[in-house]
Amino acid sequence: MSDLHGWLLGRLSWDALPFYSAIATVAAGVLVAGVLAAVLFIAATRRWGYLWREWLTSLDHKRIGVMYVVLALVMLVRGVIEGVLLRTQQAVAINNPGFLPPEHFSQLFTTHGTIMIFFMAMPFLTGLINIVVPLQIGARDVRFALLNAISLWLTVAGAGLVMISLVLGRFSTGGWSGYPPYTEPPYQTGVGPDYWIWALTLSSIGATLTGINFATTLYKERAPGMAFMRLPLFAWTALCTSILMIFAMPPLTVATLLLALDRYLGFHFFSNTDGGNLMNYINLFWLFGHPEVYILVLPSFGIFSEVFPTFSAKRLYGYTSLVLATLAITVLSFTVWLHHFFTMGQSAGVNAAFGIATMLIAIPTGVKIYDWMLTMFRGRVRLTVPLIYASLFLMLFVVGGLTGMTLATPPVDFQLHNTTYLVAHFHNMLIPGTLFGLLAGYTYWFPKVFGFRLNEHWGRVAAVCFGLGFLLAFMPLYLLGAAGMPRRLSVIHQSAFAPALWVAEAGAVLLFAAVASLVVQLIVSIRQRDHTRAPLGDPWNGRTLEWASPSPPPAYNFAVLPAVHDRDAFMWLKEQGQAYRAVVQPAPINMPRNTPVALFIGAASFVAAFGLVWHIGWAALGGVLAAVACVVVRSFNRHTHQTVSSAELAAEHNRWVAAVQAAEAVNRDLELDPRNRGRAEPTL
Amino acid sequence: MSPRHLHPGLNHPRSPEAEQAEVGSSVFGFWIFLMSDALVFALLFAVYGTQVHATGSGPHPAQVVNLPSALLQTGLLLASSYTFGLASLALKFKAERPGLASAWLCVTLLLGLAFLGAEVHDLVDLYQRGAAPQRSGFLSALHTLVCMHGLHVATGCLWLLVMLVQIRVMGLASEVTSRLMRLALFWHFLDIIWVGIFTVVYLQGARL
Repeated sequence: MSDLHGWLLGRLSWDALPFYSAIATVAAGVLVAGVLAAVLFIAATRRWGYLWREWLTSLDHKRIGVMYVVLALVMLVRGVIEGVLLRTQQAVAINNPGFLPPEHFSQLFTTHGTIMIFFMAMPFLTGLINIVVPLQIGARDVRFALLNAISLWLTVAGAGLVMISLVLGRFSTGGWSGYPPYTEPPYQTGVGPDYWIWALTLSSIGATLTGINFATTLYKERAPGMAFMRLPLFAWTALCTSILMIFAMPPLTVATLLLALDRYLGFHFFSNTDGGNLMNYINLFWLFGHPEVYILVLPSFGIFSEVFPTFSAKRLYGYTSLVLATLAITVLSFTVWLHHFFTMGQSAGVNAAFGIATMLIAIPTGVKIYDWMLTMFRGRVRLTVPLIYASLFLMLFVVGGLTGMTLATPPVDFQLHNTTYLVAHFHNMLIPGTLFGLLAGYTYWFPKVFGFRLNEHWGRVAAVCFGLGFLLAFMPLYLLGAAGMPRRLSVIHQSAFAPALWVAEAGAVLLFAAVASLVVQLIVSIRQRDHTRAPLGDPWNGRTLEWASPSPPPAYNFAVLPAVHDRDAFMWLKEQGQAYRAVVQPAPINMPRNTPVALFIGAASFVAAFGLVWHIGWAALGGVLAAVACVVVRSFNRHTHQTVSSAELAAEHNRWVAAVQAAEAVNRDLELDPRNRGRAEPTL
Repeated sequence: MSPRHLHPGLNHPRSPEAEQAEVGSSVFGFWIFLMSDALVFALLFAVYGTQVHATGSGPHPAQVVNLPSALLQTGLLLASSYTFGLASLALKFKAERPGLASAWLCVTLLLGLAFLGAEVHDLVDLYQRGAAPQRSGFLSALHTLVCMHGLHVATGCLWLLVMLVQIRVMGLASEVTSRLMRLALFWHFLDIIWVGIFTVVYLQGARL
């Protein structure tokens, strides 16, 4: 009997169910109820066919992008709730055990970090790049459409593992960076680190493939005339992020796979005995980890570089310097990884070299800050939601940069490392730097994807809550860290820390309110969409090519590829009166057909990873074989494309052009008015 | 055909220009993938380099390196790269006879399988002599580096097999030749990695 059980279910048993802490039970219940509710909703509204045809099997880069962003927003909700739980525990557990057992507290800070980096920020930025970059460079699709979908479903499979760990088993307690030897068998025998390993492996492979895909797309698929120095800044940052993904994700894949070999087969890469060397892991992880910081932040820099000129109605100031700064950051990001472990035994000389390299990054970043400020200078500035995020970013990001300077100084770092000062610093970079940028992009491009604008009022509420919540939640942590409070404490034996911890708790509640406002905003926006429709495609008087198409754009993006004559390609067309031209006989277009292959590969990978986590041999092997079989079978399919006929293209395009020409062009005073249907008055 | 569509590697200039450009972009993407994959090997070499003296209670490199067998494997793999080169030439200049290319690809596949056989034999031998990867950090790194390369060769063999079937089923269609070009890059790439392994693991190991 036990043999059969072991063969069928590996280590899976009743003990895996989450009854070890009330909060874990509730969380699992909420997850199960949420999934059931979603399934019932789709069944009740009979949308399975629609979902399958239009989304799950789609290879359209815009649809794939939307699915990435949906994943990111779902994971954002979980990540923020975990953050609030962590802050609440620290606020109440002063000289008492609080409400979270230490083991559960450790799981929570591990999942919080893992989710926010790999399953919130990464899918969010990948989604926005997917939606926008092909449109911005005047392409019809990404270079490898199927590979793009495979990347998505691998990421979803990784996120699925993290989610299912709520219901079955426990997650790692080793932090988001998973340092061995603590994540090795003698110290964590359960499935936690295995969940962490395979979730990261799947998402890192997905991200590598995304990087390859978008680098190829940006090098090879630009519209005629789109020279490199005419690329919109967001496309530049997407290129640099892709390059970083190509070079920085493999170290993570190698680190997690070697850790897996240690855990599963008893190898000695990072063990304490027989020649293992944990410093190899630390180096591999941060060879990935530091460039990862720039993978996360560069796309946001790109978004801000689009938002500032659009909402200031000015050309971007210092385009060339922004491009050079982006490239400089890309290169420098590979030269600083050691500053994550100044205290781990290198000589003072090595630390000094990496400290100086770290400080150098502040130079190109500072250049960017000035360029953005000068873009606003004497512009026609409209303080809409994206610009509120951008302005908050300008002020708060500088604070984070300055505290980064202190941490980059090795002697200071010896005092501050592993304190809440560090926690405050990286949240200061990632919330204003990454998240605010992504939310600005979400608000900015939402009407492009769905054809209606997001509700402005709730967007402002969310933005202000995010700004204030961030300040309240993390400024006290700087003080506490400087006063010597270590990070990741589940119980605090120092009453003097209480006031600052309660201020931080208030900030965490505000951040939760901000996320709730985002949810409300989405619901209100959908219900009131008839007042905010902008199907003509250009609600913000945009400057770049993504606005030169109807909203939502057709699957093939452009009936005729736009010719690019200027850096602000669409603004140039509008100024020359060449935007919105009817076409006579466009060449037919070959577009990829929908296919479920990518979804199957993702599902097979999930089964394989789940089998590996629970030591279920047949699932692990079967999943891998099924994924390989999908690839092989697909390679024999020769009907992967379909043609959109010339007549169809002309009809659809000319209908849109006629609608634009019949519409009233609105000026910027009416930007948020229902009359703004997406045709902008060309001048100020 | 305009020269800007030429890409590094063996071009097949029979197809129309638009198709050429598409193949060029696909090959370009594959070069990028190889760059990323090369990094995986670079990191495994680096890990091996730091652990080569971490022998613990286990054997030293000179005690586990079987130089004659490694030399035989090197010969097999280099020969397979040569025969793949002949297959590529046949694809370009003797396209009317797809059987010729298939024949050279079959020889390549056999050489690849022979290489894998010799490698597995070596690894089993090591295991039986008590030099299993669980013995020390050095042996973990050695087995992982060699097996990672072997896994790539096995993938290449599977890919070769699929391509042989596709040549029979689809003939030398554009997607088939495009895939063969990428497979050729992959195969030669694994050759270069092996030269690194032969040098760093075997030649260096014999003296440590």
